[in-house]
Amino acid sequence: MSLPKISLDELQRGESAVIAEIIGDDVVASRLMEMGLIEDEPIAMVGRAPMGDPTEYAVRGYRISLRKSESVRVLVRKVP
Amino acid sequence: MPSNTVTKDARVVALIGNPNTGKSSLFNALCGMNARVGNYPGVTVEQKVGRLSGTTDLIDVIDLPGTYSLAARSADEAVAVNVLSGEIPQQIKPEVAIVILDASNVERNLYLFSQIYELGLPVIVVMNMWDRVTSEGLTVNAELLSQRLGVPVVCTSANKRKGIDELKKTIEAILRSPVATPQPEQFARAMFPAAFHEEVKQLTHWLESQGRKPSTYQIDRLLIDSDGHFQKLICQSGLSDIATKIDEARSRLQTAGCKVPMFETKARYAWIRKLIDGAVVRQESRSASPSDRIDRWLTHRWVGMLFFVLVMFVVFQSITLFAKYPMDGIQWLQSQASSGVEAMLGPGALRSLIVDGIIGGVGGVIVFLPQIAILFLFIAILEDCGYMARAAFVMDKLMTTVGLSGKSFLPLMSSFACAVPGIMATRTIESRKDRMVTLLIAPLMSCSARLPVYVLMVSAFVPESKYLGGWVTLQGMVLMFMQSLGALVAIPVAWLLKKFFFPGEPATFLMELHSYKWPSPVVIYQRVWERLVSFVVRAGTLIFCTSILVWAAVYFPGDHSSLDASVANLENLQSEVSVTESESESEKNIGIEQAQELVNQKRSALIEGSFLGMVGHRIEPFVKPLGWDWKIGVAVVASFPAREVIIATLGTIYSLGSDQDENSQGLQHQMQVAEWPDGKPVFSLATALSIMVFFALCAQCSATLMTIRRETNSWRWPIFSFVYMTTLAYIGAWLTYQCFRIWS
Repeated sequence: MSLPKISLDELQRGESAVIAEIIGDDVVASRLMEMGLIEDEPIAMVGRAPMGDPTEYAVRGYRISLRKSESVRVLVRKVP
Repeated sequence: MPSNTVTKDARVVALIGNPNTGKSSLFNALCGMNARVGNYPGVTVEQKVGRLSGTTDLIDVIDLPGTYSLAARSADEAVAVNVLSGEIPQQIKPEVAIVILDASNVERNLYLFSQIYELGLPVIVVMNMWDRVTSEGLTVNAELLSQRLGVPVVCTSANKRKGIDELKKTIEAILRSPVATPQPEQFARAMFPAAFHEEVKQLTHWLESQGRKPSTYQIDRLLIDSDGHFQKLICQSGLSDIATKIDEARSRLQTAGCKVPMFETKARYAWIRKLIDGAVVRQESRSASPSDRIDRWLTHRWVGMLFFVLVMFVVFQSITLFAKYPMDGIQWLQSQASSGVEAMLGPGALRSLIVDGIIGGVGGVIVFLPQIAILFLFIAILEDCGYMARAAFVMDKLMTTVGLSGKSFLPLMSSFACAVPGIMATRTIESRKDRMVTLLIAPLMSCSARLPVYVLMVSAFVPESKYLGGWVTLQGMVLMFMQSLGALVAIPVAWLLKKFFFPGEPATFLMELHSYKWPSPVVIYQRVWERLVSFVVRAGTLIFCTSILVWAAVYFPGDHSSLDASVANLENLQSEVSVTESESESEKNIGIEQAQELVNQKRSALIEGSFLGMVGHRIEPFVKPLGWDWKIGVAVVASFPAREVIIATLGTIYSLGSDQDENSQGLQHQMQVAEWPDGKPVFSLATALSIMVFFALCAQCSATLMTIRRETNSWRWPIFSFVYMTTLAYIGAWLTYQCFRIWS
C-alpha cells in the first residue's frame, strides 16, 4: 500500500490499477459507485476515443466509457 | 387516444432492468408488438403497456424506463420507483416485478435487483442474453442463484425468442400462487451499518409524529441521496424541516464512520459478491477478448476515426442512393392515382380535394418511408452489433462542445437527410435533457427538402461568378453556406436550450460498451417495423389533416366554375391531340397553350381571392421588411405542410400551373420579371437570400412538428419548435435583407 494514489485518468492503455477512493458524494460519485467502481476493485484501461476523451475501462467483467470529468473523480493505485 | 392506464380487469406485472439489457426485445417477445403508449401523469415519461400474449389469464405488462439504480434523482427516474410502490394516481400497483438482467454482466445488473428485492414485491429474475454466457466463457448457475434468493430465475434470449414460454408460465404461476416474500435478513440492507439503521428508526419516528407514513425504502433514500427526489417532494409538501433533520442525521453518520452514500453501494456489492460466489464464474484470460481486440482498432486515433467516417458515409450514401428509387416509385404511384381520378371525375371541388388534398397529403407522408426504413435498418444493425455505442464514444468529445453527448451525433447527422427519422432516432439517447435538446435542434439541420428551394433561388438570382480559375463558383458557395447555416445556428441554440430550458445536474456519460456480436435479423426487423408503423399511424394522420386544411384555405371561398370549365376545355384539347395525330397538330398545340395560360391566370386569380390569399394580403406589412411581396408571403404560409411546396405554390401564383420544379426556366423567368406596383423588381439578390435564410431556419414542415409531438407526447414542444424556429427565421431573413439592401 506504499504506492501513491493517482487519478484513474492517468492510466495508459493496457495498464491496471486498484480503486482507492471515489471523490465526492454527489450524483457523479454515486453513479460511479453504482456502476461498480468501489474501493479495492481492480480496473484496467482499454482504450481512449480518437479525440482523447472519453476512455474505455474494464471493471467487474464489463466495459464502461468514462469522460475525463468523471475519471478524475476516481483515485487508483497502479498494479505493478 | 392510446389508453394511459392498464385494463381494469387484468392482473398487472412490471418489467424493469438496466439500459441495454434487451428489455424492449423481451417486452415485444412477451406482448407482441401491440403496445399501448401513453404518458405517466405529470411527467413526460413514456409509458408502455402490453398484454401478455398466449396466456389464459389477462395479464398486462408495464415496461418501466431502463435504470441503473432506484435512487431517484429526478422526476423521470422516480417513475420506476413510484410505479413499483403503487404511488402513481390511477395506476394499479403491479403484483410482480420482473427484473431483467444481462446474463453476461450479472454482477453489475444485480445492483438494481438488490434494491427492487427490498420493495417487498414478488420478483422474477430474467437472465436475458443467455446466448452470450457461453460465447463469453462464463458459467452461470441460475438454479443456485434461484435457491439463494428464493425467487424464480428464468434464462432467456429474447432476440432469438428463447425461454419466452417458460417465462410466461412462470409469470402465470407466480400470480396464481404467490411465493413467500423474502425476509428482511436476506436483504442487502441488512448489511448496512448499525448506525444507519438507528438513523432510519429515528427519522421514521419523527416523520410519523408529523403525520407522514413513508416506506422504509423512502427513508433509506432520504438519508442516502443528497437533495434527492423524495426530499424535494416532502419539502414541497410543506415539511421543510426535513432538510435539517436529514443534515443532522448525516453528520451523525459521518462521525460514526459511516460514509454516505458510499456505504450503500459497498454493502450492496458485498452482498452481490456473496450471492454470486460459486454461481457466476468468469474465466479470467490473460489475453484480451476478441471484442477488446476490435476495440483496440476502432478506438485507435486514426483507424478509429477513419472507420467511423466510413460507416457514416455508407449510411448516408445509402439513404440518398437507395431511398431515391422507392421514393420515385411512390411519386409515380401518386401521379398515376391523380391522373386516374382526373380521368374519372370532371373538374370540381371533389376532384380537387382528392387530388390536391388527399393524394397529395398522403403522398407527402408515404414519401418519407423509404428514408426512415433505410436509416432505421442501419441504426438497428449498428445498435445490435454493438458499434452504435462506440460511435457515441468516438464523437462524444466533439458533441460536448455544444453541451450534448456522443449519442446526439447520429440523430443530428440523420437530420441532414430528413428531420423526421432524425427525431425518431433520438430515442437512443437515455438522458432526457440531452434528448430534448437534440430533438429541438434537429429540424435546424439542412434537410433534403430545403435543397430544391435553394437551387431555385440560387440559379435564378445569384450571379454566375467564378473564382480561382473556375474551380469555385459563387452559386456553389452560397449553396454551401445555406446548407451549413442551420447547423451553425444550432450551436448557440443548443447552448441556450441547455442553459435556460434544461438546466441542472452535470450530464454524466457513464456508458456501457457491450462486446461486439452478430446482429439478429429478428430484432432488426422488429425495430424497423415498429418505427415505420408508429410514423405512419401517428404522424400520418396529423400530416394528412394539415394538408386538407391548407388545401381548403387555398380552395375556398372562390367560385371555381369558370376555372373548372377552362380546365375541362384544356383537357378536351389535350385528349384530342393524343388521339388524332393530324397535321394540324401545331395549331392545336397553340390552342392548348392558350387554354393553359387561361387556366393558369384563373387559378392565380382564385388564389388571390382565397382565404390564403386574404391572409397573404393581411401579412404583407409583416413580410415587407423581409423584402417579400404578398405572393411570397402566401407561398411561405402555404408551404407549412412541407417546405418544397413553396415551389409549386409560387408556380401557381405566378400563373405557371402548379407542376413547377426548381429547374423550371419559366418560374425562374417569371420571378425575375415580377414587379412591385411601383415598377421596382420584387426579386433581387437580397430578397432571394432572405427567402433562403428563412427556409434554412424555419419550421415549415408539418411532418417534423407532428413527429416532435409524437416523440414528446405533448403539444408543447412542437409549438415551441415552431415559434422559436419561425422567430429565428424571421430575424435571420430580416437581417439578411436589410444588410444586402444596404450593401448593394
